[in-house]
Formats: sequence, C-alpha cells, structure tokens
Amino acid sequence: MRNRLAIEIAELKLTNPTMLAAGILGMTGASLREASVWGAGAVVTKSVGLKPREGYSNPTVAQVDCGLLNAIGLPNPGVSEFSEEIKEVKQSETPIPLIVSIYGFSTSEFVKVAKVAAEAGADALELNVSCPHVRDTGAEIGQNPSLVAEVVEEVKKNVLQPVFVKLTPNVADIVGVAKAAVEAGADALVAVNTVRAMAIDVETTRPILSNRIGGLSGPAIKPIAIRCVYEIYREVDVPIVGCGGVTSWRDAVEFMLAGASAVQIGTAISAKGMGVFKSVTRGISSYLKRKGFRSIEEIVGLSHRS
Amino acid sequence: MSAYLTAANRLRIVKIEDIQQETPTVKSFTFKDDLCSKAKPGQFIMVWIPDVDEVPMSLSGISPHACSISVKKVGEATKTLHQRKIGDYIGIRGPFGNGFRIGKGKVMVVGGGTGTTALMPLVGSLVEENFKVTFLLGAKTKNELVSRDRIQALLPKVAGRIDVATEDGSCGSEGVITDLAEKYLNNEEFDMIYTCGPERMMYKMLLLSERFQTPLQASLERLMRCAIGICGTCVIGKFRVCRDGPVFTGEQLSKVKEEFGHFKRAFNGRKVKL
Ligand SMILES: Cc1cc2nc3c(=O)[nH]c(=O)nc-3n(C[C@H](O)[C@H](O)[C@H](O)COP(=O)(O)OP(=O)(O)OC[C@H]3O[C@@H](n4cnc5c(N)ncnc54)[C@H](O)[C@@H]3O)c2cc1C
Ligand SMILES: Cc1cc2nc3c(=O)[nH]c(=O)nc-3n(C[C@H](O)[C@H](O)[C@H](O)COP(=O)(O)O)c2cc1C
Ligand code: FES
Repeated sequence: MRNRLAIEIAELKLTNPTMLAAGILGMTGASLREASVWGAGAVVTKSVGLKPREGYSNPTVAQVDCGLLNAIGLPNPGVSEFSEEIKEVKQSETPIPLIVSIYGFSTSEFVKVAKVAAEAGADALELNVSCPHVRDTGAEIGQNPSLVAEVVEEVKKNVLQPVFVKLTPNVADIVGVAKAAVEAGADALVAVNTVRAMAIDVETTRPILSNRIGGLSGPAIKPIAIRCVYEIYREVDVPIVGCGGVTSWRDAVEFMLAGASAVQIGTAISAKGMGVFKSVTRGISSYLKRKGFRSIEEIVGLSHRS
Repeated sequence: MSAYLTAANRLRIVKIEDIQQETPTVKSFTFKDDLCSKAKPGQFIMVWIPDVDEVPMSLSGISPHACSISVKKVGEATKTLHQRKIGDYIGIRGPFGNGFRIGKGKVMVVGGGTGTTALMPLVGSLVEENFKVTFLLGAKTKNELVSRDRIQALLPKVAGRIDVATEDGSCGSEGVITDLAEKYLNNEEFDMIYTCGPERMMYKMLLLSERFQTPLQASLERLMRCAIGICGTCVIGKFRVCRDGPVFTGEQLSKVKEEFGHFKRAFNGRKVKL
C-alpha cells in the first residue's frame, strides 16, 4: 500500500512529515542519526557558520509559562570541521534527508558556508536569516526583504541543492519577506524561528538569560506560527514547513491545514522525549484515515478552501 | 504553570541554609527545595549564580528537610559560589537525569576525587537497603579525600568496609584507586560496581568491569546548557548525558568507547581530548 504519510518537499523525499528543527541536538552526526532512528522524516543540523563560535555563557535557556526561552548564541565548530558530522550522517545505512542550517555575517559568508556544506553532502540547505539573538546575522537579515533576496540569490547561484529559507516572525509583514525569498529562488520556506522575548527573575531582579534577550519557542508561539504559515500560503507557491510549538499530532495537522507540507519539532522533545516524532506521525496517520484522506497533500492548505 | 514543559525545569530561588568546608577546595551548600527532596540518587541540578553563570551540580545530599550540593572550586562560577554566605540566594532548576538504579547483592562503590560527593545519596540508599558494600575512595592526597568521615559513620549500619588510596600515599595505599579496585575484583565477586570520578578513572573501571564480567554504573560529566535534552551540548555518541544519563551502564558505555574516556565536546562542538 502507498504510504499516506510520504511527502516530497523541494525534491526531498520524506517518509513522514516530521523533521528535527534546527539547533535541536543537531551538533553531531551521531545525534542527528539518533533523531532519524527515533522516526524523524528529515533532520536539520545546528546552524553552522564560517568560523567556530562559542555561543553565550549560561544561562542560555529559561523556562517560562507555556514555553521556553533560549539564547544559545549559535555555537558551532565552523563549517569545515562540521563537514565530518555531515559525512557521518550520510554514511548511515538508512540515510534520511539531511538539511544543513547555515548562517553568515554577510552574503559572501553565506555563500562560502553553503558551498562547503553542499560539498560535504547536504541534501538541502536551510538559510537561518532569523536568529533573534545574534547581532548582524539572522534576524537583521531576515527582517529586510532585499537583504534576504540577495542572500538567497547568491546561494542559489553557487549550489545545486534545494534552498530552504527560515523566516523570523519578528517582522510586521512576514509575507513581504516570504515573497522576496521565493522570487529570489527559494525552493521552500520554514516558518518560523523563535519570537524575540525576555524573562526577569523577580527575587533577584536579574534578567535570567546571560544575553538578556532570547527567543521564545514551544506552545506559546504556535498560534503566531500558524498565522504566519496561513498568511504566507496564500501568497507563495513553494512548499512551507511549519515550525513552532508542535507537540502533538493535532498541532501538526493544524499547521498542514494552514498550509504547511511538513513540520519541524524542537522544544517538544524536552517534554515528550524523542518518541515525539513517532507519536506525531502516528496521530497524523490515524487522522487521515479517520477523515478519509489518502495523502498529506489533500489536507495542505485545506482551511483556506471555502 | 502549564502542564506542558517539565515541572522540574522551573527556576526556583533558594536560600543557602548551611555551608560546610569539606576539604580545602570543596564546600557543601545546604538548601530547601521540595523537588530536590524527591530526587533520585545520582540526579543533578543546574545552579544559577546571577550575573555569573549557570552550572550543573550533582545533589550530594537528598532528604525530606534539606538537600545539598558539594562544589569544588575550579573556575569563575565555582569560585563565586565559594564566596557565598549562609542566607545568600542561588537559583536552581532540576533535578535532571536518570539517577542510579539500585540493584541487589554485593556492591562496590568507587569514588574518585570530588566525584565521591555525587555518590553520597546512593550510599545512603544502599545503606538503607542493607547491602554488602565495599567503598573505595581515591584522591590525590589525604586532604582532598571527601566524604570519608561520613561514609565511615554509616559503616556500622551495613555489612560494609572502606578502603582508601591516595596518589601520594598520604593516606591508605599509595597509587590510583583503580589498582585497589582490581585487587578486590581479583579476590571476590561483586554484583554491581558504581563509580563517579575523573573520566579516565571511570574508563579504567569500565575495562575492569568487562574483564571481571561485573555490571557497572558510572556517572558522567559533559558540558551542559539546557539540561533538558534539546540543545545537544552534552552528547556522547548517541546519548545525551543530561537526559539519557548522567548515569550509564557498562553496556551503554561500551557502545561509545571511541569517545568515553577519550574526548568530549567543547562549547563550540569541537572535540577536546580528555
Ligand atoms: C552532571 C554533572 C554533575 C556535576 N556535579 C558536580 C559536583 O557535584 N561538584 C562539582 O564540584 N562539580 C560538578 N560538576 C562539574 C561542574 O559543573 C564544573 O566544575 C563547573 O561548571 C565549573 O565552572 P567554573 O565556572 O567554576 O569553571 P570553568 O573555569 O568555567 O570551567 C572549568 C571546567 O568545568 C567544566 N564546566 C564549565 N562549565 C560547565 C558547564 N556548563 N557544564 C558542565 N561542565 C562545565 C569544564 O570541564 C571546564 O573545563 C558536574 C558536572 C556535570 C555535567
Ligand atoms: C535550544 C534551541 C536552539 C535553537 N537553535 C537554532 C539554530 O541554531 N538555528 C535555527 O534556525 N533555529 C534554532 N532554534 C529555533 C528552532 O529551530 C525552532 O524554530 C523554534 O524552537 C520553534 O520550534 P519549537 O517550538 O518546536 O521549538 C533553536 C531553538 C531552541 C529551543
Ligand atoms: S545539556 Fe542540552 S541536551 Fe544535554
């Protein structure tokens, strides 16, 4: 029988629509492989740049009601050293699509990192133009449609692999940025990265994160992410990957109804463990069966139809 | 509070109720916290020192009324902690990790350096369950032997004994603790080995446990950030030390032998030799 859950996104063939989100466990080849063993349909690496970065000092995460704050600060060993981890994932007997998340402090840095990652075996690249807590990369680019377009265009010129663009919700008009990315050649969009946020401890009167400001993830941001996917879906015709607060199959289905072809899962691993990929996948499958749908495609964007 | 994220991960601010100087470099800090009082031996917490750092620390005391951590002064965070006074506040979240599984029969507990303090709640449980326990404590020198008096005080309650090795011979036999462990394993059979200490030492204990076909549980350290199994900082092979550990069985460790005892990851993810 045909796999109801199979989905193709920008040439990548996924056996199910759940992905490990960027920056979640994706620091080593072994842990990326482990996510696939636990049932992720694709994995995204930690965001890597040209040079090694330490990240911020602790506290780098802080729990708040219904969500999690983080300002890890993009730690990574630099793309050359990270190539070893990429190769390790590709050597697996049961390879699954590997998406390498990259960042740069300039367009030319993005291009350099993209080339090395592609050479090492990335099946696709995800441009992190949306990190809310590192200056001069991430959201500073992602909030500016023409900068996003420039980065996407240059990366596309230099690699053959599909290019995903991960959007920040910290903009007044996410559709404008999404359209700029797609017009510049993006093959898929990921919506969204974390929401700029902060927490202060009232007993000690201190901001909790060492960087003071970080990004909010988890259930708290799901309604924001759903709205972003919904708005973008109406205006672009590349696949959208939903991200933000997916914890159960209901969340995943909600993203699909809004217009997502797949979902990424991050924070939920802390509460649900690695089993979350299988539980979400199974839940989507029973939903499709119960409602008489033959494939995921049939429900993507369904809430838009009148 | 939402039911969603782990309840243990909520930050609490607790008052330091008591401070004990254990050795010239180790101090124990006592505080009250309901969640920590329910912790399992071998679990750890994240300790927040505002404006300085947040670092992982094993619980060295777990009781309904009070809990403690025992901190060795090694760098900025631990130095700042050592300057804290009774009545000062620290932030904590946790307990995290799996903790030790309490088995049956005749057990050997091998502690090296400060690692011994992380074994204290386990020792408490073993004593309650009335096991036959052999404690082997190792340190560089006599002054740095932690918890020896406390264990000694518990001994009358169990069929237990204690033996000590120091590298400079200032107390017990001269040499490393693993040599002493080997001697015991050569002469007797044990049902379980528990260990915590420097990783090279624990690696040697793994090899001994394989040679003598005795099950092992070892408590590991890796750099940590989130402590809830998502950031990937603490990984060893496919395992997350904060979530799948910090206690691993010999069987699990034998699967990550290229890494265990050989290298760990720096904060930037690069491999660092141990
Ligand atoms: C699960 C676990 C339990 C621990 N239990 C204890 C304990 O009971 N008593 C004790 O004295 N120490 C314990 N440690 C080690 C303790 O966390 C470090 O000594 C402490 O973080 C050092 O911080 P620092 O700023 O004083 O030193 P630094 O100069 O910053 O670092 C010294 C060394 O400490 C380690 N370290 C620094 N930051 C971290 C971090 N965020 N996570 C893990 N290791 C770090 C590194 O190996 C580093 O090289 C434990 C570590 C782990 C992972
Ligand atoms: C600890 C942590 C680290 C993250 N690191 C990255 C990163 O390196 N690159 C990136 O694009 N997004 C990163 N993110 C954002 C996630 O990929 C995701 O967009 C966000 O957490 C929302 O999804 P969630 O609610 O399922 O976690 C990180 C999130 C967390 C919690
Ligand atoms: S410290 Fe973050 S995964 Fe273990």
